[in-house]
Amino acid sequence: MKKHKSHGGEPKGIKIILIGISVLFLVTMLILPLALIITQALGKGVRAYIEAITDHYTLKALQLTLLATITAVAANTLFGITAAWCITKFKFKGKQFLITLIDLPFSISPVIAGLIFVLIFGRNGLFYGLLEQFDVKIVFALPGIILATIFVTFPFVARELIPLMEAQGTDEEAAAASMGAGGFTIFWRITLPNIKWGLLYGIILCTARAMGEFGAVSVVSGHIRGKTNTLPLHIEILYSEYQFSAAFAVSSCLVMIAVIILILRNLVEWKAKKSR
Amino acid sequence: MGKLIVRKKFLLTGILITVLLIGGITGCSNNGNSVNSSANKNNSTVNNSENTSQEAEQETQKISLLNVSYDPTRELYVEYNKAFAKYYEEKTGTKVTIDQSHGGSGTQARAIIEGLEADVATLALAYDIDEIADAGLLEEDWESKFEDNSAPYTSTIVFLVRKGNPKNIKDWDDLIQDGVSVITPNPKTSGGARWNYLAAWGYALEKFNGEEEKTKDFVQKLYSNVEVLDSGARGATTTFVENGIGDVLIAWENEAYLAVEELGPEEFEIVAPSISILAEPSVAVVTENAKKHNTQEAAKEYIQYLYSEEGQEIAAKNYYRPRMESVAEKYKDQFKEVKLFTLADKFGSWRDVQQTHFADGGVFDQLYEEINQ
Amino acid sequence: MAHKNSVVPGFRLTLGITLAYLSVIILIPLSSVFLKTADMGLREFIDAAFNKRVLHAYGVSFISAFLAASVNVIFGVLLAWVIVRYDFPFKRIMDGMIDLPFALPTSVAGIALTTLYSENGWIGSQLSKAGMKGSYTVFGITIALVFIGIPFVTRSVQPVLEDLDKGIEEASLMLGATRSQIFKKVILPELLSPILTGFSLAFARGVGEYGSVVFISGNMPMKTEIAPLLIMSKLEQFDYEGATAIAIVMLLVSFIMLLILNLLRRRTNKFLKE
Repeated sequence: MKKHKSHGGEPKGIKIILIGISVLFLVTMLILPLALIITQALGKGVRAYIEAITDHYTLKALQLTLLATITAVAANTLFGITAAWCITKFKFKGKQFLITLIDLPFSISPVIAGLIFVLIFGRNGLFYGLLEQFDVKIVFALPGIILATIFVTFPFVARELIPLMEAQGTDEEAAAASMGAGGFTIFWRITLPNIKWGLLYGIILCTARAMGEFGAVSVVSGHIRGKTNTLPLHIEILYSEYQFSAAFAVSSCLVMIAVIILILRNLVEWKAKKSR
Repeated sequence: MGKLIVRKKFLLTGILITVLLIGGITGCSNNGNSVNSSANKNNSTVNNSENTSQEAEQETQKISLLNVSYDPTRELYVEYNKAFAKYYEEKTGTKVTIDQSHGGSGTQARAIIEGLEADVATLALAYDIDEIADAGLLEEDWESKFEDNSAPYTSTIVFLVRKGNPKNIKDWDDLIQDGVSVITPNPKTSGGARWNYLAAWGYALEKFNGEEEKTKDFVQKLYSNVEVLDSGARGATTTFVENGIGDVLIAWENEAYLAVEELGPEEFEIVAPSISILAEPSVAVVTENAKKHNTQEAAKEYIQYLYSEEGQEIAAKNYYRPRMESVAEKYKDQFKEVKLFTLADKFGSWRDVQQTHFADGGVFDQLYEEINQ
Repeated sequence: MAHKNSVVPGFRLTLGITLAYLSVIILIPLSSVFLKTADMGLREFIDAAFNKRVLHAYGVSFISAFLAASVNVIFGVLLAWVIVRYDFPFKRIMDGMIDLPFALPTSVAGIALTTLYSENGWIGSQLSKAGMKGSYTVFGITIALVFIGIPFVTRSVQPVLEDLDKGIEEASLMLGATRSQIFKKVILPELLSPILTGFSLAFARGVGEYGSVVFISGNMPMKTEIAPLLIMSKLEQFDYEGATAIAIVMLLVSFIMLLILNLLRRRTNKFLKE
C-alpha cells in the first residue's frame, strides 16, 4: 500500500485543504461531543467520578450489559459465518432477497425492534400462554434484552463476511472438497484462515454496537433498577435524576470501553494488512 | 506452525463462546425467575395443603416486591422503601426487598399490561391504572380500595421561572403574552403534561365563566407559546434548567421544588398561580401479579403504610402534599397557597377527559392543527 | 437442484440454519406487527398511517435522514479519501474514531449533542450569534442523524478505494487527463456502488433513529415531530393498531429501499465487470 505515496499525489495545497476539512468535520461532529462528555463527567471532581462508576447499580448494569453483549455477539457470530457460507459458496434463487432480509435490522427503528418482541412474548402476545406454562419470562427479563440486542446487531458479522468470501470465490474450497475433505475440515483449514481478520472486525463492530444499544432494549427491559437496567438505560436514569455528572461519568466509561474496542479493531486491521 | 496455533485459538474461543452462550441463557432464566420460582413454590404449597400456607410464608421470611412507578417519584420511593422495609420487618419478621422501576406513566402502565410483573403500581394518573384494570390485572373498583380515591399524596401544577422573574410571570394570564416562551411536555406522551394542560384549561374555564370557545382560545394561545414539547416531564425540566430554553416551565409542584433544590436555588424561582388543579397520583395493588407471587399481604401493607404518619412525612419531605391533617399542618409553610380544583369538579372522569382532549383527533390535536395553520 | 454447480458441501445445513435463525429472530417477531394491524380495516389503517400529522412526521424523518445521508456521502468520501490516500499525524486515531457513533449509546449522543447545540452550549452559542438555532429544529435533528450515520459511507467507500488500481489513474494522467477528469471518469464510477450502499444504510438508519433524536428535536407536532416518536406516543395511548400501522409503513419503505439498492448494486457490479 505504502508504495503509492511517493508518486502521483495531488498538489500539496489540495491535500492540506482536504485533510483540514476532514479534521474540522470530525472535531465538530465527534470530538466535541466526546470532550463535552468528559468535561461534564469530571465536573464534580475525580472523587465523584469514581463514586459514580463504582456505584452498586452501575456495576450491576455493567454486568448485565456485558452478559447481553457476549451472548448476542456469540449468537450472531455463529449465524454470520453460516449465512455467509450459504450465500457465497452456492448459487440459488432468492439470494438477493435473503441478503436484504439480513440487512433489514439495520434499517428498522429500534423502537419497532423492541415493540415486536413485546408483541409476541408479552402478556397479550402469541406465545405468552406457552411461556407461562414453563414459567419462562422473556420480555422485561434478561432473555428479552438479549433478543433485542441480537436483533439490532444481527447484520454486522454476516455483512462483513459476505463481500470478503464472495471476493475469495470457491475455488480453494472446491478443490479441497474434490479431494474428499469434509465440510468442517474445509472451513477450519481453508476458509477460516482467509476470513479471520474480517470475522474479527465484524465481531468487534458487533460488540461495540451491542453494548451501546438503547432504543430497543429500553422497550423490553422494564427498567427495574439493579435487575434489568443495562448501562445505557442506567445512564438515562441517572440523567433524569438530575445526577448529570454521574450520568456523564458512566457514559465516559462506555466511551472508554468503545475506544478500547476500536483500538483493538485498528490493531486487527493493521495485523491483517501485514499478513497480506 | 503459527497458523496452527491461531487455528487452535479460534477453536478454543469458539468453544468458550458456545459454553458462555449456553451458560448465559440457562443462567439468566434462573436469575430472572428466582423471585417467581420461590413464589411459585409457595403457590404449589398453597394448593397442596391450604392450611400450611401460613407456615410456608413464614418459612421464606424473605419476599420481594416490585413497585412500578413514574418518573418524578424516584427520590420519594428510595426513601419510602427503606422506611417500609424496616417497618415491615419489625411488624412481621419478614424481610422485604423492594425493586423500583421508573419511566413515563403511560409507558409503565403498558409495561405492566404487557407482563412486567409489578406487585404495586404507583402512577401519575388514575387513567393509567384504569387501563391496567381493563386488562384484567386488578379490580375495576380499585379506586375505592384505599382512602382518598387511592391517592395517598397529592400535588399541583406550578410555574418555575428564572431568578428575578424577568418576564414577570404571576399567573396563567402571563403565559399567553407575546414573547413568553413556555416549556411543558407533550400531553400525549406524558402523564404529568396532562395535568398541566388540564390546570390551564380549568383556570380558563373559571375565567371565562365556562365558555368553551374562549377557553379553547386561551389554551391554544398558551400552547402556541410552547417552544419545546418534550416527551416526558423530566425531559422538559432538563430542557428548561440545563439547556436554558424558555422563560417558564409548567411543572408538578414536587418536581419544581426538587429542581430548585438539586439544581440551584440561586437560579430559579417557583411561582404559584392563583388557581390550579389538585393532581392526584394514584396507587394500586396489581392483584393478579401479587397473587402469583404470593405477596398480596405485603403489597397491600406497602400501600397502606403510605397513609401512615411516617409515610406522609416522607411524602411531604419530597414535596408532595400530604393527606394527613397533622402532617399537612407541620409542612404548611413549605407549600404555597393555591386555590385548587379537582378533576371531578371541572372535567368528570379521566376516561371522558382522555376521550375529548387527548385521544387522536381530540381537542389537543385540534389546537395544534390550528396553531400550525 | 439450484446448487448443483458447486461441489462445496454444507448447502442444506447452512441454508437451514440461516433460515431458521432468520425466522426466529427477524421474521416471526416482525410478522407480529402485521398480525396486529390485520385487525383493523383498510380505512382505519389509512386513517392511522396517513393522517396529516403522521404524514408530516414522515416528512421530517425522511427529509432530515436524506439531508444527513447526503452530508455523510460528501464527508464520508472525503474522509475515506484522506485516510486511504494521505499520510499525516494521528491518521490512525482518526480512522479508529469513525466507528465511534456505533458504540456510543444513542441516548448519550443525543444528550451530548443537545447540550452542545442548545443556546448556551459550546456550538449553539456561536450559532445563535449568527441568528441560527441548533437544538429543537430540523437542523438539530439532521445534526444528530449525521452523527449516527458517519461510519456508513466512509466504511463502505474505504475498502474499495484501497483496492482501486492506481495504475489506471497514473496512465490517464500521463495521457493528459486533468485531475477532475480522472476523479469523474475513473474514480467516481468505481465508488458509485459503495457510495450508494453507504448512503442507503445511513438513510435507513436515520429514518428509524429515536434515542438521540427525541432529545434534540423538541418534538413539536407538525414541526419537529419524527415518525418513531409518533409510534411511541400512540403506544402511550394504548393504541397498538395505530402504532403498528405507522411501523408497517416505515418497515415497508426501508425494506423496499434496501431491496432496490441490493439489486442496483448487483447491476452496477455486473456492469462494471463486463
